[in-house]
Amino acid sequence: MAASELAQYVVTGLLVGGVYALMSIGLALIFGIMRVVNFAQGDFMMLGMYLTFYYAVALGIDPLLGALLSIPPFFVLGLLVHRAFLARVTGGGDPNREMDAQLILTLGLSLVITNATTMILSPMPRSINAPYASKAFAVGPLLLNQARTYSFATALLLAAAVYAFLTRTDLGKALRAAADDPEAAGYQGINVRTMHGVAFGIGIALVAAAGGLLASYHPIEPNVAVNFIVLMFVAVVLGGLGSIPGAFVGGIVIGLVQSLTLLLLPLQLQNVGVFVAFLIVLYVRPQGLFGRRARTV
Amino acid sequence: MTRDRGWLGIAGVVAIGLVLSLALTERYHHRILTLVFLWATMGLAWNIISGYAGQISFGHQAFFGIGAYVTVLLAAKLHLTPWLGMLGGAGVAVLAALLIGTPTFRLAGIYFGLATLAYPLIFRILMDFLGYQEVAIPMVRDHPVLFMQFEEPRTFDLLALALLAATLVLSRLIETSRLGYSLRAIKENEQAAEAMGVDAFRCKMAAYVLSAAPAALAGAIYAHAILFVVTPDGVFGVIAIVQTLTVCLVGGVGTLWGPVIGAAIMIPISEILDATAGDRFPGIQGVVYGATLMAIMMWAPEGLFWRLRRRPASVARATPVVPTAATAEAPAAAPGPVQLEVRGISKAFIGLQALADVSFEVREGEILGIIGPNGAGKTTLFNVLNGFLLPDRGEVRWLGQPITALRPHLVCRRGIGRTFQVVRFFPHLTVLENVMVGAFAHGDAPGAARERARDALGRVSLAGQADTLPAGLTTLELRLMELARCLATSPRLVLLDEPLAGLSSDGVEMMAVMIRRTRAAGVTVVIIEHTIQALVKLADRLVVLDHGRRLAEGAPGDVTRNPAVIEAYLGKRWLARHGPDHAATLRP
Repeated sequence: MAASELAQYVVTGLLVGGVYALMSIGLALIFGIMRVVNFAQGDFMMLGMYLTFYYAVALGIDPLLGALLSIPPFFVLGLLVHRAFLARVTGGGDPNREMDAQLILTLGLSLVITNATTMILSPMPRSINAPYASKAFAVGPLLLNQARTYSFATALLLAAAVYAFLTRTDLGKALRAAADDPEAAGYQGINVRTMHGVAFGIGIALVAAAGGLLASYHPIEPNVAVNFIVLMFVAVVLGGLGSIPGAFVGGIVIGLVQSLTLLLLPLQLQNVGVFVAFLIVLYVRPQGLFGRRARTV
Repeated sequence: MTRDRGWLGIAGVVAIGLVLSLALTERYHHRILTLVFLWATMGLAWNIISGYAGQISFGHQAFFGIGAYVTVLLAAKLHLTPWLGMLGGAGVAVLAALLIGTPTFRLAGIYFGLATLAYPLIFRILMDFLGYQEVAIPMVRDHPVLFMQFEEPRTFDLLALALLAATLVLSRLIETSRLGYSLRAIKENEQAAEAMGVDAFRCKMAAYVLSAAPAALAGAIYAHAILFVVTPDGVFGVIAIVQTLTVCLVGGVGTLWGPVIGAAIMIPISEILDATAGDRFPGIQGVVYGATLMAIMMWAPEGLFWRLRRRPASVARATPVVPTAATAEAPAAAPGPVQLEVRGISKAFIGLQALADVSFEVREGEILGIIGPNGAGKTTLFNVLNGFLLPDRGEVRWLGQPITALRPHLVCRRGIGRTFQVVRFFPHLTVLENVMVGAFAHGDAPGAARERARDALGRVSLAGQADTLPAGLTTLELRLMELARCLATSPRLVLLDEPLAGLSSDGVEMMAVMIRRTRAAGVTVVIIEHTIQALVKLADRLVVLDHGRRLAEGAPGDVTRNPAVIEAYLGKRWLARHGPDHAATLRP
């Protein structure tokens, strides 16, 4: 196999991985701050795809801009969903029970969103015909799909913005404090419940934006949620549950694994490669690449 | 619940099922009945691993699908009767459970659940890849019975009912067995269970294997009664696990009645909705299941069964009475030979040397106190001794044998019991059942374990509280219960981690009496404390730890006069001002 062919697979994987990274950051943020594994993350991504689709169809807005315009409404939606559902579920003080209960709550939410979308919008796949979706930049011997390249760049910018927000702003620091030690944060006057709502809002907004970016080159249908939530889980576990840089790297790695699996296995088995990578990482390093192993006792 | 009521309940479920099967006439109603039985079975199967053992599996439809695929493929390719084929399917599912469980049970909590997601997805993709997108059940008109092709729809619900009855019996046997108690202990507090001699890994594997077989059989019957054409989405798909989860969570997890109640409510509702509105609103079933899961988690996360069941009547409380000194005190026997040797143990966590080259010996029949300020490495030392932690360097020998690398349950079974700084009880087990978990360490049957546990409770004056839940106990009673649980493992040495913490002066006295009694019964005692006063009266010898190092060792009187010890506790300045002979605060 020529080196250029391998390079092409790597580049394609990287470009796709950038969008995976953005959606995984949303999931990692929610887990890192709220200790909630959000099963409905894929469904919010799917809704983000639809919003971008309607922005494009009804208002003629370019999907890249549409993706960014999805952020405010989904942030508000996240706040509402948190207030209406997640904030009401506790495990009776037992953190493990609470985690299980939240997981099942979001699984229920995911079912409702997928199936309600199917009922209302029909299962028919749709797509946005972005003018650049079928064009490519030629860089030496490599071809870079334009839609994927633009999406990759936008995803990178958004990820950098999130990182700056968390590390540089007061609100970002308050969020991290609420994650590190909810009790101590409460004594410092940080409203932990509000912080959880904000975290959920940001997490949902990011995955919706990632969905919008994805919509520029991926068909839009209610069932995409299932496939992508699993990829997000894999990316987040790979990076270490709750670690945001970890999720970013995890997303990129998933893109690469998917792409490189094609060298060994037929297209149908693409995700088997991802799951096998997932299981290997879980067994070898359950705390993930960037996670810290919890102390026993 | 008594033994008999459990079996009567199963008989009742079967009787109601039979009556319904005989009373219903419409084919469609029989279909619903079959589905209720099958999803109740599937729920019970899931309940074994996720309900009793608390290992939430999001991939249990893997076994359901294996059962369906193996049975149908054997019939289609090899012309094997599904009656044998489904046993083959169950066999393959058990094998798959072993292969999946071996690596996956190394993961705890949320990681386990996420990993289980991957397996049915992999099977689904593989079935697609292998060209089994649609496998029809071959029609065999000559031998319909041999090939499970019944004209009479009643036959299928009777078949499903038989499977449900068998799974109920299996669940009941697990609930009342040693395995059942161990699983519940693992669910409530895995580390405490391991410290009490429960082999958590083997118990989980046993539960997983036992839950895979009924799921596979349910899949095989589902394929013949409902599907006729097996598809990856139909058996490995999300809806299969969603239905399983929903019937369990609605009905109640961790009881054999929960999945039956949940299936009896949820399956008819979703089937009728699907039949009446499914054409106009595809996906209505998914919305109903999703909304139900959300509602249950928000308003009744324990499920209907536990919500409706009355709490056991509280037993009249008798506060344990401190035995008079005369009955409890026993003369300190001369220390015997060395039992436990700790040699050069070092253990570091990220950035923290918790233990540095710690060595000491414990002699048979003594009470050894290990003291040191907070953060001195005392609990880390216990965690190394009982197998929770592997030291970076050094060796622990017990009766001359190295036990450094032994897992906690094996350390316990060799005769080293332990308690915890913060009492680790199993909140949903009664006091007696808590102690029974310890009593199982020596392979007793439940009856013998119950007797041993009663005996241990009697020894700590807690027999009156045997049937209450631990949440109703005082701190002293909890500590006594934990001591009883530890004693029920028949230890030759006990490691007590701050048994006096949080007790009133009466409580301290009571606990001290119990500790002396324990020693008088021939059990060596090692106690951690951070206050010297409490131990000086109790212990024969003290080992002092500070910043992970052994600072001093010797008789209590000598140790409290040791300048290094005083410095560790009171600081250099205090020592300079008062001198070692005035360390009165350290003495009783």
